Amino acid sequence: MNAINKEPARHEIEALLPWHAAGTLSRGDADRVKQALAGDRELALRYDLVPEELAETIHLNETLGAPSARAMEKLFAAIDAEEARAPRRRRSFHLARRISELVSSLTPRMLAWSATAAVVAILVQAAVTAAVVVKEQGAPSGPELASAPSAGSFAVVRFAPQATANDITNFLGAYEAKLVGGPLSMGGQLYRIRLSETKLPKDEVGKIVREMQSKSKVVGFIAANE
Amino acid sequence: MQSTSDEVLIGRIANGDRLAMQVLYARYHVRVFRFVVRLVRNEATAEDLISEVFLDVWRQAGRFEGRSTVSTWMLAIARFKAISALRRRSDEELDDETAGAIEDLSDDPATVLEKKDKSAIIRKCLMGLSAEHREIVDLAYYHEKSVEEVAEIVGIPENTVKTRMFYARKRLAELLKAAGIERGWP
Repeated sequence: MNAINKEPARHEIEALLPWHAAGTLSRGDADRVKQALAGDRELALRYDLVPEELAETIHLNETLGAPSARAMEKLFAAIDAEEARAPRRRRSFHLARRISELVSSLTPRMLAWSATAAVVAILVQAAVTAAVVVKEQGAPSGPELASAPSAGSFAVVRFAPQATANDITNFLGAYEAKLVGGPLSMGGQLYRIRLSETKLPKDEVGKIVREMQSKSKVVGFIAANE
Repeated sequence: MQSTSDEVLIGRIANGDRLAMQVLYARYHVRVFRFVVRLVRNEATAEDLISEVFLDVWRQAGRFEGRSTVSTWMLAIARFKAISALRRRSDEELDDETAGAIEDLSDDPATVLEKKDKSAIIRKCLMGLSAEHREIVDLAYYHEKSVEEVAEIVGIPENTVKTRMFYARKRLAELLKAAGIERGWP
């Protein structure tokens, strides 16, 4: 290919160089750029200028600082004012979506669908058990009783990143424990589990928790929860 | 354990979950602020604008369809707010500001000293780019947005994004040349 024929192709590739340096090209485009750089010395020389621009753009932006707390205060004051004026209608509770969210946070994305089935089983089990207990006690029924039981012994647990829904189901089954709430915090992904339907002595709860903690494949963190 | 995804947070915000809003704010307020402050060149204005951006996120979360990433969606809102704020300023004000930025490249005593530091000169020249060029450069290099995402945020075709980036880099080379740095391109 002579120099004249080469120029339009080079221009097209050259336009992609900033994104190639930033690593945001599609695989196909990135391969095209790599090939062109390997066979075109002039283009490679031009590419050498890009990392410098990229580094200084990042440096420049990083020295811009951050907004003061005033911005956040203003935002939440505005949200409060809006909610006071006209509280928003909550979306209807979407069980499948909620479960999918829960599972997505437990396992890699690829496992989300298969794990959904396992969590459905856990939640249905918890709901049925709670409903039976409530009915037997003659108390008014309500979802808060099923999702937040107060009787028994509890623990909070953060599952290990590599734990799959099957691992978690088997783990809970082995201890006859039930998932009753969570995630309790947005960042930490803590879940509340019921260890026993009756209140156990403190040292016995401690023993179970220590044993559970030793299951490092499934448990990242666990602590007794009153 | 993965952290909660942006899309999940938006779903919760749509249901009025303030905690999710706080998490999203903590995750992105600095980046959005920096994007806006580079466009409007005024920190107080940028602070006001990011409150408005996140308030729009709160209001519109229920309409987010996931066609783009949450950060791309937020940067598009931020850009719209910044451009509207810039339009409210008088043309005279903008002309003075642009002239000031270019004069800064060669006239102030600090710049003379900084000429020894190539990196500082490049940064100074990056600051001297027009708002139109600055946003493309920042989105591609700092915010790590692909050509498609930049096109969506700025609201222009993908080919225009590439062309605009080319001219932004060309302008940068001219500013660098004026400041004594010859790059041999374009």
